[in-house]
Amino acid sequence: MVATPDTAAQVREMTDEKYKYGFVTDIEVETAPKGLNEDIVRFISKKKNEPSWLLDWRLKAYRHWLKMPEPAWQKPNFPAIDYQDSFYYSAPKSAADKPQSLDEVDPELLKTYEKLGIPLREQEMLAGVAVDAVFDSVSVATTFKSKLEEVGVIFCPISEAVQRCPDLVRQYLGSVVPYTDNKHACLNSAVFTDGSFVYIPKGVRCPMELSTYFRINAENTGQFERTLIIAADDSYVSYLEGCTAPMRDENQLHAAVVELVTLDNAEIKYSTVQNWYPGDENGKGGIFNFVTKRGACRGHNSKISWTQVETGSAVTWKYPSCILQGDNSVGEFFSIAITNNFQQADTGTKMIHLGRNTSSKIISKGISAGRSDQTYRGLVRMGPKAQDARNYTQCDSLLIGNQCGAHTVPYIESKNKKAIVEHEATTSKINEDQLFYLRQRGIDDESAIALVVNGFCREVLQQLPMEFAVEAQKLVSISLEGSVG
Amino acid sequence: MNSNTDTFLSDYEAVYPGLPGSGVKWLDSIRRCGMEEFRAQGLPTGRTEDWKYTRLRSLEDTIFRPATLEDGEVDVNQLPTLFSGDSMVPRIVFVNGCLKTEFSCMDNLPDGVTVDSLRGAMDRDPEWFASHLGQVGCIDGNPLVALNTAMMNSGAVVRVHKDTAVEKPIEMIFVAGLTNGPVAYYPRNLIVMDEGADATFIQHHTGLGGGPYFVNSVTEIEVSGNARLRHYSVQNENVEATHLASIHVRVGCDATYEAFCMSTGGRLSRNESFVRLEGSGGHCGLNGAYMMRGKEHCDNTTLIEHMVPYTSCREVFKGVLDDESRSVFQGKITVHKDAQKTDGRMLSKTLLLSDRAEIDTKPELEIYADDVKCAHGATTGQLNTEALFYLRSRGIPDALARSLLVESFIAEAIEEISHLDVRAAMTGLVASQSSNRRCLGIEISEKSEGYKFE
Amino acid sequence: MLHIKGLHVSVDDTEILKGIDLIIKSGETHAIMGPNGSGKSTLGYALAGRDGYEVTRGEILFKDHDLIEMSPEDRAGAGIFLAFQYPVEIPGVPNTTFLKEALNSVRRYRGEEELDAMEFVKIVREKTKELGIPDDMLKRPVNVGFSGGEKKRNEVLQMAVLNPALAILDETDSGLDIDALKVVANGVNTLRSPERATLVITHYQRLLEHIVPDFVHVLAKGKIQCSGGKELALELEEKGYAEFAQAAE
Repeated sequence: MVATPDTAAQVREMTDEKYKYGFVTDIEVETAPKGLNEDIVRFISKKKNEPSWLLDWRLKAYRHWLKMPEPAWQKPNFPAIDYQDSFYYSAPKSAADKPQSLDEVDPELLKTYEKLGIPLREQEMLAGVAVDAVFDSVSVATTFKSKLEEVGVIFCPISEAVQRCPDLVRQYLGSVVPYTDNKHACLNSAVFTDGSFVYIPKGVRCPMELSTYFRINAENTGQFERTLIIAADDSYVSYLEGCTAPMRDENQLHAAVVELVTLDNAEIKYSTVQNWYPGDENGKGGIFNFVTKRGACRGHNSKISWTQVETGSAVTWKYPSCILQGDNSVGEFFSIAITNNFQQADTGTKMIHLGRNTSSKIISKGISAGRSDQTYRGLVRMGPKAQDARNYTQCDSLLIGNQCGAHTVPYIESKNKKAIVEHEATTSKINEDQLFYLRQRGIDDESAIALVVNGFCREVLQQLPMEFAVEAQKLVSISLEGSVG
Repeated sequence: MNSNTDTFLSDYEAVYPGLPGSGVKWLDSIRRCGMEEFRAQGLPTGRTEDWKYTRLRSLEDTIFRPATLEDGEVDVNQLPTLFSGDSMVPRIVFVNGCLKTEFSCMDNLPDGVTVDSLRGAMDRDPEWFASHLGQVGCIDGNPLVALNTAMMNSGAVVRVHKDTAVEKPIEMIFVAGLTNGPVAYYPRNLIVMDEGADATFIQHHTGLGGGPYFVNSVTEIEVSGNARLRHYSVQNENVEATHLASIHVRVGCDATYEAFCMSTGGRLSRNESFVRLEGSGGHCGLNGAYMMRGKEHCDNTTLIEHMVPYTSCREVFKGVLDDESRSVFQGKITVHKDAQKTDGRMLSKTLLLSDRAEIDTKPELEIYADDVKCAHGATTGQLNTEALFYLRSRGIPDALARSLLVESFIAEAIEEISHLDVRAAMTGLVASQSSNRRCLGIEISEKSEGYKFE
Repeated sequence: MLHIKGLHVSVDDTEILKGIDLIIKSGETHAIMGPNGSGKSTLGYALAGRDGYEVTRGEILFKDHDLIEMSPEDRAGAGIFLAFQYPVEIPGVPNTTFLKEALNSVRRYRGEEELDAMEFVKIVREKTKELGIPDDMLKRPVNVGFSGGEKKRNEVLQMAVLNPALAILDETDSGLDIDALKVVANGVNTLRSPERATLVITHYQRLLEHIVPDFVHVLAKGKIQCSGGKELALELEEKGYAEFAQAAE
């Protein structure tokens, strides 16, 4: 069930705020020198006190990265990235000596989180959401650890996991997204600074939703977080990820990697609300969001479900995917992407069916407004052994205004006669009759659009956990601000 | 520059004097441009997004020499036609790229319609010809059009004059094969429908024998205001043939271009259609079916561009793949900025009959105008097992039941053919294909009625 | 309450209404009858302010405000309600969400406090009970999958909740069987009050047996051809529209 959207008044209040999360926190940071070379990679590894195998892996990735071409098949156009013009390590100074409790956390930082709407102190008392907050690159506070530890769930920054459970990290890191996968993932492998690590042991249903907020703060800091979630046999976890970044004139690079692994009968539900700074009305600034997210359903009857609400970033390049190896495994992708002004998004999924009787479902809702340009790009591949596999894809695009673009590029490859693929896509304008009907009942035009768009997205919004659904609905309204007329 | 381009152009200076229009300045410069462009681009490779699923290996592993007049002398005593019972059907016939007047039947062309070979068109009205050739098919970024432009040696040039309406189809028949070694030939067709004209053409490509040959065909079409062209084609090359055909169409105000392409043969075949709807009220129906066996590879790649408001398109492709055959469907609908009120629909469905067959589908929408209705659908799967059981429970043998289901599956695309005689003939063709008889060129005479040598 | 003076309305550059004069006072119920294509629905849309219905000449005064320059939502706030001939389906938006948004928008316009969820539910419960509307209709997306009768009842429910000063019923009887028609008409009748005026647009007399008008106007060829009391509707039923249409020649 979806939370009822807030009243139009509240929505308007939010839309008046422009980019609400656009503030800069003034705290000292310890940064590595600008630019990228092997020394920087070594610096990061040393800062993290990493074992030599990890440094070797990073260096291999870095050397491979030097040789890799930039992906060129996507639709968005953007200036070439100057990798030497960025900082690759930035840590809040207070993190050098890690806070043992919330009281020790820099009060400036805590204020930042409050503005973001995640007051950590309250979190513990609230609905039971554990938060691993990533400020720029280093995790500063993790709550609920003890409660999770009782059931054996490991939920910690990946840098900590490298120390605590190196064997698990070594076994799974890069096993779903090898560093050779693509240029952005390769860069991440070389320079990732932090991110979350989750391990759900056999038979455990994680007692609460796990949540991480990512935020890019320091100027010219690329953020390269790396998330690894492993769900052992018969386990379940729901993971939430929210992203915002302050307003900056320059473009900032965000190249994250997320790897999920489910073993027999396990399930991971991964939800993202991405609201990185999209740039201003004239297309200046904004995040380049180049993310590689992939899950491997290794076990039989396992399931990975991606839900994303993408409203931010100047350029989005993101294809959360599922490799359905285990027989009867299930992959899902539910997506809402909203672009406005000069945003460009190229997003979708890949469903690679390898095992028998695997099934996948793709529901994608794209809304383009302003002068934005949006592409759904998806691959469904039925391997020769994917007997009785099934895919259903529904891909709908809505256009608001005549300056934007909406594109649908599905790739369907089948090598199995017993596999069934069904794909449907539509593109249309926002319905004038619906808008008039709502306006006749007294609802103003922006709220009317927000309502119709929320309705259009409902199938996907329903997939989100309650607390995210409310935020996502507000975001839908805010993102379309100024798209009328 | 690519070494494989040399294979095609090395004989150019020797061949050139024999090509239609050699020595004519304007045509000569068009040919030179084509040659330069082909040299610069080389053959398409998998690095090009549009060629991701189709590799031109058959052109890499065989050297083709340009077909000569002697290749046109091979013994053809029967002609493939959709209208075997009707000797009065106007037709123009080419064998290995040479016009065969003795097979052609141009006497009963209706008034207002002219059909010439490339050479004939140069004589009839060179000015008109010069102002239309190369106007729709663009060589930029299209190396195969460039190659054809350099080498074009045959093909039909058709003009249907203003307000001329012809119900009876006109056939353009291309027969290839039985040559001494692998040859390449380059048909270049031009169909110009003047305002208000209405006609139906059938482009027929058939192969004889079993040896490899290469057809690189380009067809340019202009459908002027209020005109209607029904353009149907049958591709039934032999199992070693490489057939690369591209069709370039411009559709004017309130005009209709209706196409259907039936592919049943070829080691490697690719039919490309590029349609630009340039006038309001323009409509395009782009449909096709393919039935592949053995190791055949069939690619249908289409691009429909809506340039102006109030245009519509409908696209239905159906395919059946058996053995180790493979097919590719890439359909793209582009709605340009300001092309409001566009209505575009595309459907691609494929049946896999074998575990080793493969289908790659990429239906694509690219939309820059907001007040539009566009949709596409795609499915892949196997024969409906329940329907199969139903038929068998009524006493129909398995093999027959399967071919009935295949025919019914293809029928959805065939029904898009608005010319009833052609629809009936195509239905017959599908039936003969699905009833499990191989369709090598030489066996055509054994085929069902409606598809026989005369 | 409503004063229409010499109203001309064009759609796609074609003039549909060619000079309408009409005065409606509080508490009155007027019926506009006319053959298909006479411009009945155009009048409803022009009053509600639909885009594309261009007023080329004339005035519409509503409670002494000039309506023509107002947006559809402001007109709704001012108290104009149009019950649609074909209520629009809005997938994914639950009926309650829609009703709450609408009611609070209208309340804001009127300078009233917005209602919180509890108060809102109370009001809607009251109205659904009054009109005999099942609760599940509230949970379903707006008009999606509703039967013809349900859609029209939903229109009446919205009217009851929004409490407009002028209700315009556009062919509310179309597509309804007699039982559904009675239910809808009863709904409308319970909402009649001295503070409210109603404008019933219809092709057939049968609706007027259930919603009895004070005045009947015959619209043909873009003009009101004649006006009278409720008996005019009966006369019309007998003679048909042809006579009036001819009179217009």
